[in-house]
Amino acid sequence: MTLRVQGLAVARGGVPVLTDLGFTVDPGHALVLRGPNGAGKTTLLRVLAGLAPPLAGRIDLPPESAAYASHADGIKATLSVTENLRFWAALYGRPWADQVLDDFDLRTLKDRPAGTLSAGQSRRLGLARLGVIGRQVLLLDEPTVSLDAASVARFAAWLRERHLGRGGIAVIATHVPLGLDAPELDLAWFRADPAAVSHGTDAAFL
Amino acid sequence: MKALLLRDLRLAIRAGGGFGLSLAFFLIVVVLVPFGVGPESDILSRIGPGILWVAALLATLLSLDRQFALDHEDGALPLIATSPLPLEAVALAKALAHWLTTGLPLTLAAAPLGVLLNLDPAAYPWIVLTLGLGTPALSVIGTFGAALTVGIRRGGLLLSLLVLPLYVPTLIFGAEAARRGAQGLEVATPLLMLAGITAGSLALLPFAAGGVLRINLR
Repeated sequence: MTLRVQGLAVARGGVPVLTDLGFTVDPGHALVLRGPNGAGKTTLLRVLAGLAPPLAGRIDLPPESAAYASHADGIKATLSVTENLRFWAALYGRPWADQVLDDFDLRTLKDRPAGTLSAGQSRRLGLARLGVIGRQVLLLDEPTVSLDAASVARFAAWLRERHLGRGGIAVIATHVPLGLDAPELDLAWFRADPAAVSHGTDAAFL
Repeated sequence: MKALLLRDLRLAIRAGGGFGLSLAFFLIVVVLVPFGVGPESDILSRIGPGILWVAALLATLLSLDRQFALDHEDGALPLIATSPLPLEAVALAKALAHWLTTGLPLTLAAAPLGVLLNLDPAAYPWIVLTLGLGTPALSVIGTFGAALTVGIRRGGLLLSLLVLPLYVPTLIFGAEAARRGAQGLEVATPLLMLAGITAGSLALLPFAAGGVLRINLR
């Protein structure tokens, strides 16, 4: 399974931000998205995740293979760490394996209500969701925000060994070097003319 | 779908989940009405079924804005939307969880609260029956309204304005069936209309809500 993107154009709020974007990511490989704020990193990831339609172009991705992780982790404060993770496993129809608690260093926190976790701990819980849902293509938006150096290294190791090492794919928007041997894609090269007003949006909207 | 339903039920009964909100509101309205109307017991027993229905409807309305807003605020909604569960099923699970935590307790509480309204003994089964039949429609219609207003900050006012007109048919036929039943009149027509509204909204509105969510998530 390969993620292949051709001639992709995406818009944010009806204004095109990226145009004529193309790349291929083979199994076991990652792609790091670069670009200044507003370059369209989040928009691109949301389009790849199927949350928003592209303006043009095609995305070759098997259905139900992508997982999207945004700035917000969708953690329920009144559920415990394990309950949060078990919910995601059940929603994706995956068996529960508590190996993930070790992978993301959550073992000692497993019965704590998620609302009492620190910012970095909740981020780890948010990332641990990726470990239980078993998706092949991870679309990660700034996954290392509020993580300390040790947690970043732990996450990078998980990504390398447990995800990419098993033939997974990752597209990562990040400013922090993860130590992955991954090509970088500078979105500045694909910036759409900001003056161009989208005419396709209304049709795409409906 | 079961996973989402169980999670929402669990969240509702945990601290701050809002499980008791509608029930408490219902209780307060029904307790206050006799004070406002005065001690004439025959007036109370005449308006009793209507009061219970209006109170149940408003109590349902009160808890609607939490339906998708919480999942939207903490970012769970896009993650659920990219899961294998279609958004139509998400809407249905949400509506079902809402009914189990709101409509069902209200239906069960209506009978004991009827005592405060000096309800005719013959009216009790009809109140429970019509509420039991009508509150699922209120939950499904409300879930559709909540899907329409997801992402709007303080969308509660807009939600109420959108949903209240849609609630009117349910209220009319529900209260009418309860009133007729209490007076021993023929109830088939309003009861069938009420059942029809519930069946229709259950069949159609999850699809509408799913579509609306998909657009709102863009």
